[in-house]
Amino acid sequence: MAAVTTLLSTCGLSRHFGGLRAVENVDFDLPEGEIRALIGPNGAGKTTFVSMLCGRIPASNGKITFAGRDVTRMPAHKRVQMGIAYTFQITSIFAALSVRENVELSVQRRLGADRGQLGAASDALLERVGLLDRAEQVAADMAYGHQRLLEIAMGLGQNPRLLILDEPTQGLSDGEIADFIRLIREVARDTTVLLIEHNIDVVMALAQKITVMNFGAIIAEGTPEEIHANEAVQAAYLGG
Amino acid sequence: MSRALTFHIGAIIVLAVLQFILPVYHSGNLARIMVLAVYAMGYNVMFGYTGLLSLGHAMFFAVGMYGAGLSIRLFDMAAAPAFGIGIIASILFSLGVGLLALRTIGVAFMIVTLMFSQAIYLLILYFNPLTRGDEGFVIPQAVRQVAGFDLSDPVTRYFAALLLFAIALLGMVWLVRSRTGRVLVAIRENEERARMLGYDSWAHKLFAVVLSGTMAGAAGAAYGLLFGSVGASFAEVPFSILPLLYVLLGGPGTVIGPFVGTLFMFYLRDISSSFTDAHLLVAGIVLVLLTMYARRGIMGVVRERWAKWLP
Ligand SMILES: Nc1ncnc2c1ncn2[C@@H]1O[C@H](COP(=O)(O)OP(=O)(O)O)[C@@H](O)[C@H]1O
Ligand SMILES: [Mg+2]
Repeated sequence: MAAVTTLLSTCGLSRHFGGLRAVENVDFDLPEGEIRALIGPNGAGKTTFVSMLCGRIPASNGKITFAGRDVTRMPAHKRVQMGIAYTFQITSIFAALSVRENVELSVQRRLGADRGQLGAASDALLERVGLLDRAEQVAADMAYGHQRLLEIAMGLGQNPRLLILDEPTQGLSDGEIADFIRLIREVARDTTVLLIEHNIDVVMALAQKITVMNFGAIIAEGTPEEIHANEAVQAAYLGG
Repeated sequence: MSRALTFHIGAIIVLAVLQFILPVYHSGNLARIMVLAVYAMGYNVMFGYTGLLSLGHAMFFAVGMYGAGLSIRLFDMAAAPAFGIGIIASILFSLGVGLLALRTIGVAFMIVTLMFSQAIYLLILYFNPLTRGDEGFVIPQAVRQVAGFDLSDPVTRYFAALLLFAIALLGMVWLVRSRTGRVLVAIRENEERARMLGYDSWAHKLFAVVLSGTMAGAAGAAYGLLFGSVGASFAEVPFSILPLLYVLLGGPGTVIGPFVGTLFMFYLRDISSSFTDAHLLVAGIVLVLLTMYARRGIMGVVRERWAKWLP
């Protein structure tokens, strides 16, 4: 523990869908300021786990603490107001609105509805993710990769304490992935990042620690080197 | 002043001038259209901006209308305080409806609003001795006076309708560009996303229902006071479908659209009634044509093609 404080922790966190134990009894700690990768095979329960953290779905059991407060039963919008931002695995944007309007909606909760200020803050964000020249475009008309970038911009627009990214690089080109890595390094100077990611190069480039899930449980946790050498992890991936 | 504000103030000025130009028959129609347009604008707050489809909006109109009308009929109130009672009744009633109906979504929400509206209609019939049921009652000319103005006088009536319309229209221009208005649109487009941006979607939807119901109620109260008649037909199902048609035709999610839709439907009905009395058939045909050729309605198309700045 030492000097760092824990920003987020879960205790015995579980979520069942009927008989399916999508997440089972997960104890998890995330220190402030860290970039943590969450990996695991498809269906391991990663999305379900982070969805409980941000309040998108309720927990069946267990406890979530964020910034020293029990947020387990707190409605999603209040958790977001406390500083948890979630970017969706399945792109979830305001499809019929323009790219700029999308980002404006992510910043206006902090900045109010002053048009000039909103526009300036939004354009700065769009510049950062490389979408400024598409600001006027209808969001749904953009290519999938660009929609992913918009999703990231909307996460950043909230200026969160904890940024949860659910497979953000899916559908991005190599060049865009390199930009993404640079961007997240920059963001991580004052934001804690929890990153679900399949691209192992991205994980290695960004994560200070890695948590591995399989069948709804954490099977390993450690530095990238430790995880690389871990037999249970190898088995999980090779075994299916 | 922004283009949007200039445009809507311009529309109000044009309507004011029209009173002096139009033949009495048409200015009478227009007074009615402006009041009904307020009803439609209220509907648009929920349907066009927030994405909540109600099939029972007549209940809000009726609560405003009967709130004002019964205050006069049963308690001998003057027109102005009766109007106030109509508004207060609408606020409380729509709050109650919102708290209950918003527990459901989608088709269930449509059905719940339809059922509530049906309940209001049946209550009006049930309390026949007070409401005079189906027949309704007349608000005598002597009572339809506000601060020395005679609301039954065609010119005064026109400007009273215009005043209500102008307040609603400019209020909408302000709302849709406010923080709250943008969140309503966000909820319409993607409610989960809006919530995950930290917006309390439930509170915003409740606000939309209350504002929508109160505007409908204000229109109902004004209708009773301006045109002198209060009746159960204003609580019936077809009267709930009208604002949906007005808004679909005029352009859901546009500020001026509900007025444009009301204007067109009113005259379509007026003209078609000279050779057929199948109003609903005409309305049905319009609806089919709309869904086939102009899903965004008249002002939606205008905005898309020529006036992107139109709120
Ligand atoms: N809403 C749901 N209803 C039923 N089962 C679900 C639901 N969401 C996820 N699951 C199931 O829970 C398991 C974990 O899914 P998920 O959290 O999406 O995994 P991951 O993100 O690691 O790929 C899967 O078996 C999935 O089918
Ligand atoms: Mg997933």
